Amino acid sequence: MTAAVQQFDQTTLWTVIIGLAVGSFALRFVFIGLVGSRTMPGWLMRHLRYTAVAILPALVTPLVIWPTATGGQPDGPRMAAAAMTLIVGLITKNVIAAILAGAGTLYALLYLVG
Amino acid sequence: MASTTPKSYFWKGIRDSAPFILVAGPFGMLFGVLAAEAGLKLVETMTFTVTVFAGAAQFTALQLMQENAPTLIVLVSALAVNLRVAMYSASMTPYLGAAPLWQRAIAAYFTVDQSYALSIVQFETDTAMTVPQRMAYFAGTNGLIAPVWCLATYVGAVMGARIPESWALDFALPIAFLAMIAPMLRTAAHLAAAITSIVVAILAAGIPFNLGLLVAGFAGMVVGARIELAMTHREATT
Repeated sequence: MTAAVQQFDQTTLWTVIIGLAVGSFALRFVFIGLVGSRTMPGWLMRHLRYTAVAILPALVTPLVIWPTATGGQPDGPRMAAAAMTLIVGLITKNVIAAILAGAGTLYALLYLVG
Repeated sequence: MASTTPKSYFWKGIRDSAPFILVAGPFGMLFGVLAAEAGLKLVETMTFTVTVFAGAAQFTALQLMQENAPTLIVLVSALAVNLRVAMYSASMTPYLGAAPLWQRAIAAYFTVDQSYALSIVQFETDTAMTVPQRMAYFAGTNGLIAPVWCLATYVGAVMGARIPESWALDFALPIAFLAMIAPMLRTAAHLAAAITSIVVAILAAGIPFNLGLLVAGFAGMVVGARIELAMTHREATT
């Protein structure tokens, strides 16, 4: 057991779990369950199409530039690994290949530096 | 093709989804491991994964909770990550909207990246499918992958905190998400949305309560939608 293992406040944790469970189901049910066979407004669909490519990069960017493991100091091996994952993913369109390229780059550079 | 039963479509769904074991297995395991490292008990991790059933949102919530973000921000951000399943739900509605409500409710719960991606291609190609056949195919795309996802989470959660720090698992999440994003950047609009999101996320890093994530995500969505609109206008005029 390392000191890194922390325990979340139980109320917070269960609020998040239950809230996300209910919220995620609501998001999935809203159209197929409630709208049924009616059509959706175009402007809404047009925005929903970009949620994944808009929100996931916003989540990842700070983790790449200011990694938690280095106490927020920019880190060469991690930046290079992120770049390699993105490049291989763009070229191959293959999720597994991109993950392997990123992980390989990270381990190789951490080994060389460390 | 008239003799094709819903049952055979179920098995086609199972077969078509088999390669996704390679994605759901490692992702589920990673969630289990990271949750255990964050101090979640086995029962908490499993309840999380079985009730929420949305990998990217689960990872987001876990990450923000570790950054001590306020509970409301954790919920809103994770649900924002999950907004795309609302789009999947909307996009499948013309094909499954006529099914009984209880079936639609179950289908809603199982609407995830891979079941949507497989089903929408199948529905668009095989236009002669009946609603029960479509529902059977959709059930098949989850019949194998959903149990694999839960089992993998369990294995990861049990292995959990025993994984040494030298494995650099802190960076597994960024790599997994970047690998997911890259193949999605198919059009100029998708690319513009992602670049906007990155730039705004950097500029907004100082905003408290991790609100920068929502600001950047919203900016990316608006830019993506705007560029798409501009591109369709240009096509219409030429």
